[in-house]
Amino acid sequence: MIHLTIDGIPVEVEKGTTILQAAKQAGITIPTLCYIEDLLPDGSCRMCVVEVTNNGRSKIDTACTLQVSEGDEVQTMSEKVIDSRKKTLDLLLSDHNVHCFSCEANGDCKLQDLCFEYGLEETSYEGEMTSLPKDESNKFFSYDPSLCILCHRCVNTCTEIVGRAAIDTMERGFQSVIGAAPEKVWAEGTCESCGNCVQACPTGALSMKRRKKYRAYQVDKVVRTTCPHCATGCQMDLIVKDGKIVDVKGADGPSNRGLLCVKGRSGSFDFVDHKTRIRHPLIKNKETGEFEQATWDEALDLVASKFSEIKTNYGGDALAGFACSRSTNEDIYMLQKMVRAAFGSNNTDNCARV
Amino acid sequence: MTNTIYDITHESDAIMLVGSNPEEAHPVIGMQVRQAVARGAKLIVVDPRDIDLSKKATIHLKLRPGTNVAFANGLMHIFIEEGLVDQKFIEERTENFEAMKEMVKDYTPEKVAEICQIDADQLREAARIYATANRAPIMYCLGVTEHHTGTEGVMSLSNVAMMVGKIGRPGCGVNPIRGQNNVQGACDMGASPNQFTGYQNIAAPGIVEKFEEAWGVKLNHEIGTKATDCFPKMISGDIKGLLIFGEDPVRTDPNTHHVIKALESLDFFVVDELFMTETAKLADVILPGRSYAEKEGTFTNTERRVQRVRKAVEIAGETRPDTWIFTEIMNRMGYPQPHLTPAQIMDEIASVTPSFAGISHERLDSEEVGGKGLQWPCISKDHPGTPIMHVGKFARGLGYFRPAAYKPSAELPDEEYPLLMMTGRILYHYNACAMTDKTEGINEIAGSSFIELNTADANALGILDGELVSVSSRRGTIQAEARVSGKTNKGECWMPFHYLEGSCNWLTSDALDGISSTPEYKVCAVKVAKAE
Ligand code: SF4
Ligand code: SF4
Repeated sequence: MIHLTIDGIPVEVEKGTTILQAAKQAGITIPTLCYIEDLLPDGSCRMCVVEVTNNGRSKIDTACTLQVSEGDEVQTMSEKVIDSRKKTLDLLLSDHNVHCFSCEANGDCKLQDLCFEYGLEETSYEGEMTSLPKDESNKFFSYDPSLCILCHRCVNTCTEIVGRAAIDTMERGFQSVIGAAPEKVWAEGTCESCGNCVQACPTGALSMKRRKKYRAYQVDKVVRTTCPHCATGCQMDLIVKDGKIVDVKGADGPSNRGLLCVKGRSGSFDFVDHKTRIRHPLIKNKETGEFEQATWDEALDLVASKFSEIKTNYGGDALAGFACSRSTNEDIYMLQKMVRAAFGSNNTDNCARV
Repeated sequence: MTNTIYDITHESDAIMLVGSNPEEAHPVIGMQVRQAVARGAKLIVVDPRDIDLSKKATIHLKLRPGTNVAFANGLMHIFIEEGLVDQKFIEERTENFEAMKEMVKDYTPEKVAEICQIDADQLREAARIYATANRAPIMYCLGVTEHHTGTEGVMSLSNVAMMVGKIGRPGCGVNPIRGQNNVQGACDMGASPNQFTGYQNIAAPGIVEKFEEAWGVKLNHEIGTKATDCFPKMISGDIKGLLIFGEDPVRTDPNTHHVIKALESLDFFVVDELFMTETAKLADVILPGRSYAEKEGTFTNTERRVQRVRKAVEIAGETRPDTWIFTEIMNRMGYPQPHLTPAQIMDEIASVTPSFAGISHERLDSEEVGGKGLQWPCISKDHPGTPIMHVGKFARGLGYFRPAAYKPSAELPDEEYPLLMMTGRILYHYNACAMTDKTEGINEIAGSSFIELNTADANALGILDGELVSVSSRRGTIQAEARVSGKTNKGECWMPFHYLEGSCNWLTSDALDGISSTPEYKVCAVKVAKAE
């Protein structure tokens, strides 16, 4: 075990632990931008720098890459550290199109939060900004190079976690940009539109197109639920504004660990209040063959009387009820109870076979 | 699944994927399989198509569809021949090994290679990788079950895992990747003609009586009719009244003509639906229910994990919770059923279902569970749930080897219908698309049906990539766009089953699995020609 202090708090951790991990154990938060837990550190953003003193020598280094040594005295908020982080932010802002008012990520941007925290309102650097065009080719999200801070969280997410490796950092230096190899156009690569890269982006550079319809501070509630499509059972958050679902985000569930696929992220809410939803009970007019709107009492009485008639004349086995494998356990339990207790039949089944 | 998605993808040394394309059908599982390969796990893909994962596979056995049982018997033959069996596991934990040994004796790698149209040495190599890996799961999907010998295919995979002791440990097991979000739950909840909740058999002594007492009503003691067997009974007039809750058999069941005829034969037909589906159009009454986002409840995923569904919104109109609808019908038919909240319903489920006894909404929402759900069996309020099944002991005591002989598919290609057609899912849609086709972006990416043809077959027919073709079987004819490649073997083609226009279920066979009555979607015979 290695012994060290972080901001004066003694910590004991295993050999090979990074300072960032040790700080987390001690309940101390070090700011990061590019860092993704569980992956090898990217080490590119330099936000997590700390000051480490050992044997009378002190140095500034990134906490995500630096492993602990016996006797380290770590300071996470020394003057030097704060100064270094300010410089980092200043440099990031120098190539960041600060139009926060019209940016979808306003109020939901890690860069904005950090600049606020470190008191940075504008960059002290003058010069040219990236002028590369926005990539709107993906159906669900867009990429704006003028907001990209090249933290590579999207690339690392797609390559290491999603395992698709659809995107990479193209060209070098000032003209760097994220894109799908080799055309640089998102939609023409092997992208599956899962949007996990978008969720990983700390700024507004990668943004779901539907974000134009709401701002982070307008959200009324966030509802944790389970995806309605396949049996992976991904956990997700429905974002609700004015009684409508406006967005979906991946949540950290046991089977999905924050990930979603294109169906969960983009195919699970447009249908809920879709204009084609049936909203009233309907009874078919035998003569015209057309459906006509009815009250619940009319519809339910008709159903009960017809089913009861069949049951009386032919027995319960002449009735059947099938459940839906997309519905909740509670719904399905009540359906089979209805078939068994009221229909008097065991002719109940579900679409497991089809 | 006997295991969890996490342990089979994060703690395994090799993965055997049989008839499953998780990258498209269960994408977030697919992502974790890709992580496993990147981590160094070996991957064996057993699939008649070049699915994307086959490019990452150590071995891809591109076998003839419908030959899974022969494949499994071949693996076991090799285990025995090369001394790869787990003798200790077989002796201590299983029975009927001798009969199994007898059955697979004739399934030499050469013979199996011929049936499956694969390479015998690759089969040997696959057997060795799987058997010698310390931890290796089998994952399978509808490619195994949707055959008329599907149940035997599943049993055969269990035999394979037992023979090398890969059950009851992390990173192992026999893991069906269930299709729809709550298909596991639907089976668990007793929507089944021969079982009540938690697989309590109607035929078992005392079970019907137990439910009669719990529900306070005399119940029918006869086993009911499976859904797929109900359709012929509607045509013959034995079944006269039907309520369908949220399914669209006109779209999703094989042999569409037959399904429509059956539904039209009914005296009275009720549908509880969100949308005017092809099935709903045939109903006498439509009752507007609610979607997952408008109600409280639970889904059970493929890991047997019960997780919460929570109400986010209400929509304009007069939709009602489905449990309210069923309760009203029960009362109006004379069975007094009080209106219960979903949480109260789960308490009732727990009270009549031993494997759910410890599950409640209150517990699922608690800090103790911490948003991780509970995996049944969960037998009491302080039971933590069961992530891995059959640890130390099988549910039935000893694991039973069930030998099965290979039988060819019910409908094989012939002179008139020379191509073997398979069906499956694509990434962007779910089943009949009732939900996914409401998202514009999805339709723009994947809006219409297609058929994958082998290049040699297409050349012989003079069909070019992208051309419109007509596809016919003994049951119907449809049109779709041809996608010509080497993705399928020569003599085989493949279609997605999501689309209304060019729906492949006008063609598919309604030959059923002899045991589970699952239709043989995966194999039917068709002919293809340039569209007129
Ligand atoms: S959407 Fe998914 S596949 Fe596409 S680039 Fe982003 S992470 Fe990769
Ligand atoms: S997000 Fe995708 S993988 Fe996850 S449950 Fe939904 S459909 Fe399945």
